[in-house]
Amino acid sequence: MKLSEIRDLLDARVIVGEDKLDIEITTAFGADLMSDVLSFARSGCLLITGLSNPQAVRTAYALDIAAILVCRGKFLTDKFIETARELGIPILWTRFIIFESCGRLFQKGLTGCIRKTDGNEEKIIVR
Amino acid sequence: MNLETLIETLGLKCKCCWEKLKTTEVRGGYAGDLLSDVMANSSAGEIWITRQVHQNIVAVASLKDLAGIVIVQGASPEKDTIERASKEGVPIMVTDMAKFEVVGKVYRLLSEG
Amino acid sequence: METRKKLLSDEDFPESLEGIYRIQGRDFVDAGIISSEVKKSLQGKGIPESIIRRIAVITFEAEINIISYAEQGTIQLFIEPDAIIIEANDIGPGIEDIDLALQEGYSTADDSIRELGFGAGMGLSNIKKFSDIFELTSDVGQGTRLKSIVKLNG
Repeated sequence: MKLSEIRDLLDARVIVGEDKLDIEITTAFGADLMSDVLSFARSGCLLITGLSNPQAVRTAYALDIAAILVCRGKFLTDKFIETARELGIPILWTRFIIFESCGRLFQKGLTGCIRKTDGNEEKIIVR
Repeated sequence: MNLETLIETLGLKCKCCWEKLKTTEVRGGYAGDLLSDVMANSSAGEIWITRQVHQNIVAVASLKDLAGIVIVQGASPEKDTIERASKEGVPIMVTDMAKFEVVGKVYRLLSEG
Repeated sequence: METRKKLLSDEDFPESLEGIYRIQGRDFVDAGIISSEVKKSLQGKGIPESIIRRIAVITFEAEINIISYAEQGTIQLFIEPDAIIIEANDIGPGIEDIDLALQEGYSTADDSIRELGFGAGMGLSNIKKFSDIFELTSDVGQGTRLKSIVKLNG
């Protein structure tokens, strides 16, 4: 599904990345713990989070995550937005909570970016 | 929908408070890993889906009268967490599925009524 | 940030040294910036993206650890013909029980770290998970040294 469709589905505002709304997204990862994202998220996914600090953007950048959806109307600092612009990470902002956002996107066919977690072999198989 | 149905449909593994599964009604869901967020924004009767395993999650769930906690992504709750949950009557369930998938499935179940 | 910038790549340093980055403990504002810088500096060198992602993750966690727990430290990036190496050295309290620190979920983080979305006790195990070779040594009261090697050909 296109980033623009995600925007419409969640009544979201595009904070960064108006020019990237055609990006196609098929997987998502929901988390507020950045170490969790760093450990398990896959490149190309949508990061659904309640965090809005520059570290979330840098985490997305580290893993080539396609875009960040900031949920529950979390306040966005200038520093967060600047970092996203600098690193070219599209930011969508919605008032829906993470549960509702994930729920709606799952209904529309997005899938989680991991099926199962365990151990070291992951980096060899998927990364 | 009660917790037992949720557990069976999603194939979750229950770690404690089996006696409460039939009688605990799930009225909604909340997903989050920041305790302050869940404390502030979750509502009674919701099932909480998280990657946190620290024993403080029990206090939050108990205080907010949440239906229970689903710990995702194969993370295993600390021993203290389970002990405290049994004592406070907070059902804890675990699964290998990622949070996005668990939320999606719970959301679907709840919207089907 | 002045102190975070790449310092120098002098002739005194080994040829494989790509950069040295300095970190000030407890300076959370720009946490993660070294990971971003390291990633940028690895791009365009023909290194597979999946390897660059692993290095970016390792650097990120190492950086967060130094900021969270040490007084100051450095991260060094080496590009060898067959591997990328990250070395993180810090001056700080050190780690008393390395096995315990490596246990997932174990953490001594305070709230300022948790608010950033870190401090859940996954950092070191993440570094280990994404490294091909991982070494961690520490002198209590003095500091910690971490070396992570990611091989370029499997």
